[in-house]
Amino acid sequence: MSDIKQIQEEIVDEFALFDDWMQRYEYMIELGKSLPLIDDQYKTDDYIIKGCQSKVWVHADMKDNKVVFTADSDAIITKGIIAILIRVFSNQKPKNIIEANTNFIDEIGLKEHLSPTRANGLVSMIKQLKMYALAYENKQPQN
Amino acid sequence: MKVAERFDVEKIRQDFPILNRKVNGKPLVYFDNAATSQTPQQVIDCIVDYYQNYNANIHRGVHALSQEATEAYENARIKIQKHFNAKESKEIILTAGTTHSINLVANGFEKFLKAGDEILVSGLEHHSNIVPWQMLCEKTGAQLKVLPMTENGNLNMSQFDVMLNSKTKLVTVNHVSNALGTINPIQEIIEKAHEVGAKVLVDGAQATPHIKADVQALDVDFYTCSAHKICGPTGIGMLYGKRELLEALPPYQGGGEMIDQVSFEKTTYAGLPNKFEAGTPNICGGIAFGRAIDYMNEIGFENIQAYEHELLLYATKRLEEFDNIIIYGTSPEHKTAVVSFNFEGLHPYDVGTLVDKMGIAVRTGHHCAQPIMDFFKIPGTIRASFSFYNTKAEIDLMIEALQKANSMLL
Repeated sequence: MSDIKQIQEEIVDEFALFDDWMQRYEYMIELGKSLPLIDDQYKTDDYIIKGCQSKVWVHADMKDNKVVFTADSDAIITKGIIAILIRVFSNQKPKNIIEANTNFIDEIGLKEHLSPTRANGLVSMIKQLKMYALAYENKQPQN
Repeated sequence: MKVAERFDVEKIRQDFPILNRKVNGKPLVYFDNAATSQTPQQVIDCIVDYYQNYNANIHRGVHALSQEATEAYENARIKIQKHFNAKESKEIILTAGTTHSINLVANGFEKFLKAGDEILVSGLEHHSNIVPWQMLCEKTGAQLKVLPMTENGNLNMSQFDVMLNSKTKLVTVNHVSNALGTINPIQEIIEKAHEVGAKVLVDGAQATPHIKADVQALDVDFYTCSAHKICGPTGIGMLYGKRELLEALPPYQGGGEMIDQVSFEKTTYAGLPNKFEAGTPNICGGIAFGRAIDYMNEIGFENIQAYEHELLLYATKRLEEFDNIIIYGTSPEHKTAVVSFNFEGLHPYDVGTLVDKMGIAVRTGHHCAQPIMDFFKIPGTIRASFSFYNTKAEIDLMIEALQKANSMLL
């Protein structure tokens, strides 16, 4: 599995291939369809991310010392956004998730192309993913 | 209704410089008029003229600029009074807008309420006509009762007769629903409420761009509107209140302008309308509000209504071409030029985001009317709201964009 930085660079390169934002949205919609879906039992208010205008649920599991995220949303573009984040952060060690910067979002220009409420939602999503990582990091036995 | 010969939309569009701009490289199609209308050059000129030629504080100065500004501001009040056919100009309180107007009444109405009294609010309200009353009920122990709506977006009027009773002290309802465009039977509501001795506040924010309300003919106790829905600037609006009610209501905010005499022992308040206009008001906004009312009347409300109704019928017909369309609310005959809709299987945010990229400004979301969305069990709708400066060609552009969004999302 590539490291976070590498995946982020891949995403920046992919977004640069498109001429306009309609094409980028089309790509995000495709990504949304491939989102690793959350188990239905977790689609409850406990797993909802606050601050998103559309509903977003995220669940995290620990496998082989790595955090594995699953998610869902009632809006497909939101699913695409979270699919991008999960591609970056899923299957990574908690410490790497916590320490990762998220400059790639500015590089692909995603924030400016979202409505302010959706941009806030994006910030909430990143925060929530990092919170999960932090929780797992603190749970790990100290050496 | 027939659109008058002299109504020339292309000529009217020239009054609105913003309609020439592009969004995401596409010509702007502005269908979010129920949120904020665009501003004609005549109103922009009025604002510029104020700051270039007679910007000054009003009512107190003896110098020429202050007198000119005072006269223009008070003239605007008279224009507003005449437009709504209030008996006296002192019944027109200039506020920051509808939300401010409602809060002003809710704040003072505490004086007339006791525990167990009831406030009847319609189920079609904007949050601004719900929350101030909830706050008032918390303070007074009065109860907030909700008049339900029907599946087709109208108020359930047979229920109204049941709910109205001698404990009802106030009925509050919008003239037109912001989320669905429903025109509510306010005449009937006012008559029946008065029979049990209740006062009536009508939120006219969404009606004012389309309907000329006559407050005396309606016999309404309070009526509110916001200038930014009728081609005026933001941050200014009005509260109409019957004189005896406004006189009985305590002041809302304390400060300059609203006083008669001040000493540390006792302050006596100014008369109407100053009692409710503490501090330096939005002078320029007030003057521009008056100019906007003139502008709307120059075009003529009959023309506006007839033309907008044509747009509404056309948009409804074109939207119904989609197999998966769901239109919320009542039939075009009973609403203003608003269509609130969804596509089966699509989230309104996804559709709104994509059509924005194609230059189409529609509103998506709950429209500050969450109870209505809960009623339909949906997260929100896409709302296209039309103004007299919109065209059928723009509706065609919206339909094309919606087709594209559908093909991308489905």
